[in-house]
Amino acid sequence: MTFLSELLAWFTDPLNWQGTSGIPIRTWEHIQYSVAATLIAALIALPISLYLGHTGRGGLLAINIANIGRAIPSLGLIIMAFILLGLNIVPVMIALVALAIPPIVTNTYIGIRNVNREVRDAAGGMGMTGWQILTRVEIPVALPLIMAGLRTSAVQVVATATLAAYLSFGGLGRFLFDGLALQDYEQLTGGALLIAALSLITEFALARVQAVIVPKGLAKRNATAAVDAKMSGRAGVASSGA
Amino acid sequence: MITFNSVSKRFADGTTAVDSLSLEVPDGEIAVFVGPSGCGKTTTLRMVNRMIEPTDGVIEVDGKNILKEDPAELRRRIGYVIQQIGLFPHRTIRENIGTVPGLVGWDKKRTQERVDELIEVVGLQEDSGDRYPHELSGGQQQRVGVARALAVDPPIMLMDEPFGAVDPIVRTRLQEEFLRLQQEVQKTIVFVTHDIDEAIKMGDRIALLSQGGHLEQYATPEEMLASPANEFVADFLGGERGLKQLALISVSDVDAQSGPVVTLEDTRAHASEVAGDANTDWVVVVDDARHLRGWVSIEELNGQRNVGEGNIHAFSAEVKSGDSLRTALNAMVTSRTGVAARVGEGGIYEGIVTHRLINEELSKPAQHTPD
Ligand SMILES: Nc1ncnc2c1ncn2[C@@H]1O[C@H](COP(=O)(O)OP(=O)(O)OP(=O)(O)O)[C@@H](O)[C@H]1O
Ligand SMILES: [Mg+2]
Repeated sequence: MTFLSELLAWFTDPLNWQGTSGIPIRTWEHIQYSVAATLIAALIALPISLYLGHTGRGGLLAINIANIGRAIPSLGLIIMAFILLGLNIVPVMIALVALAIPPIVTNTYIGIRNVNREVRDAAGGMGMTGWQILTRVEIPVALPLIMAGLRTSAVQVVATATLAAYLSFGGLGRFLFDGLALQDYEQLTGGALLIAALSLITEFALARVQAVIVPKGLAKRNATAAVDAKMSGRAGVASSGA
Repeated sequence: MITFNSVSKRFADGTTAVDSLSLEVPDGEIAVFVGPSGCGKTTTLRMVNRMIEPTDGVIEVDGKNILKEDPAELRRRIGYVIQQIGLFPHRTIRENIGTVPGLVGWDKKRTQERVDELIEVVGLQEDSGDRYPHELSGGQQQRVGVARALAVDPPIMLMDEPFGAVDPIVRTRLQEEFLRLQQEVQKTIVFVTHDIDEAIKMGDRIALLSQGGHLEQYATPEEMLASPANEFVADFLGGERGLKQLALISVSDVDAQSGPVVTLEDTRAHASEVAGDANTDWVVVVDDARHLRGWVSIEELNGQRNVGEGNIHAFSAEVKSGDSLRTALNAMVTSRTGVAARVGEGGIYEGIVTHRLINEELSKPAQHTPD
């Protein structure tokens, strides 16, 4: 039998779709880790970067700190946290959250800072309070970039949640680590394909969400502006890493 | 009324943008702040709604020190058209205009009605209400900026180069529409421009500032043109000061001379006598009902019995009481007679405007106040 037909056999084997180590349960575990990590990261990163963006203070510092988080390999972080905290899901979460924070911080901060000075100025001049300027003007206008950051984070988290299996937790990473240990290449490849598929679905799902929540007036206008900002954001990341 | 009392602004970097400024903007008037770029116009304007805080001095609105008020509430009571327009890109035109009503808690229906009204008042097409700012032209965006500032009908308006981003033709139209609107709404307005002609046109008073925020002169346009306080003011007013002054005086402000006037039935001899008395070689011709017919030269009446038989020429331009002396002067220089004929309702002859009349008018000390 060829590898492809064996791979097909792995996917169609009813046994692989049943029980606690079947594809549905593993996928569900994977989704749970990913959603939890992305949410925690957003809860930490959004308020900080919104505040920094709104006040225009300490932004570079925050981006640099966030990038240090990005520079530490996730596997190293998991092992370190495991040594310090023992065998539980927390080390996995720490690694995933650390990975998810930088794109959210960078994009959100830049998104808010990129709101035209005169637009912010007009908002103040109309009599909006700082909070109203943030929630009614800055966040809506920055939403395309904020969402871009969340998407990047979520996709990276989905890919990296594989590492949960390294600490003998579940998720789609199980198929990778088990396949590797057993030299079961169908299982290994099947797992990799499932992770890739889940990443793509995440990307598309969030893109749909973005299309719905980004104000209509911005969708067209910002199509080009967002790309520019993203590129300058990347440039900032690259130079700060040097 | 807005009062500046020895107001100064020094920025953190040491720039003095406004230097001990004292002036009053009376209720219902447009005070135009004009001066070269960087002279502190925007800074002065923005101190009124506390977008910038003065370093020294006191600004009062209706007798109350603005520093004692909550900035956000103060700003909601003062309409503000910012220099760069600054429309909210994520909001439709209607939503942009409804910003301040939303902040002060108007209900939906009241806001809707007001927005509809304003879209009409500032001359936007009805269907632009649901568009987004980037879908409008510069001129349309400026109209939206003005409408947004007018939304809750604030008694005070701050307008920073509100018609700056449009071509001269559109600008002239916006200016005229706004002046018409102001006659109705009678707001107290601080209007910033760097264009002296716009200042002369829009201002009941002009505050001319120079670099470093010095007030060089604060006066009505007429006063400023007639007697500039110093060299700087005279320079800034530019050439053709006399013409600019004439543009502000309407024909009805001066008493037209009756002129050498005859009727169609008058004899040549009579016409010749009238012309001689007036020291001209022509006469104005009217009919029995004093409708202006034109003018005729005495020479051309040779051999005719009465004026009606002569070759009557139309005046190259007739002026009406609402026209400016500048328009009259233009009519004069293009007319063979060297005068402008003034007509009233139904073409009734009212008299002539002459060079002498204009000279006298220009040499008078300024006394033409607005309104
Ligand atoms: N935030 C600031 N910090 C430092 N200097 C400033 C600041 N804002 C304005 N200035 C300076 O203050 C002076 C007056 O500026 P302002 O914007 O009031 O000028 P303006 O008369 O409105 O000019 P323009 O016609 O170009 O709009 C300028 O020299 C400007 O550079
Ligand atoms: Mg300015």
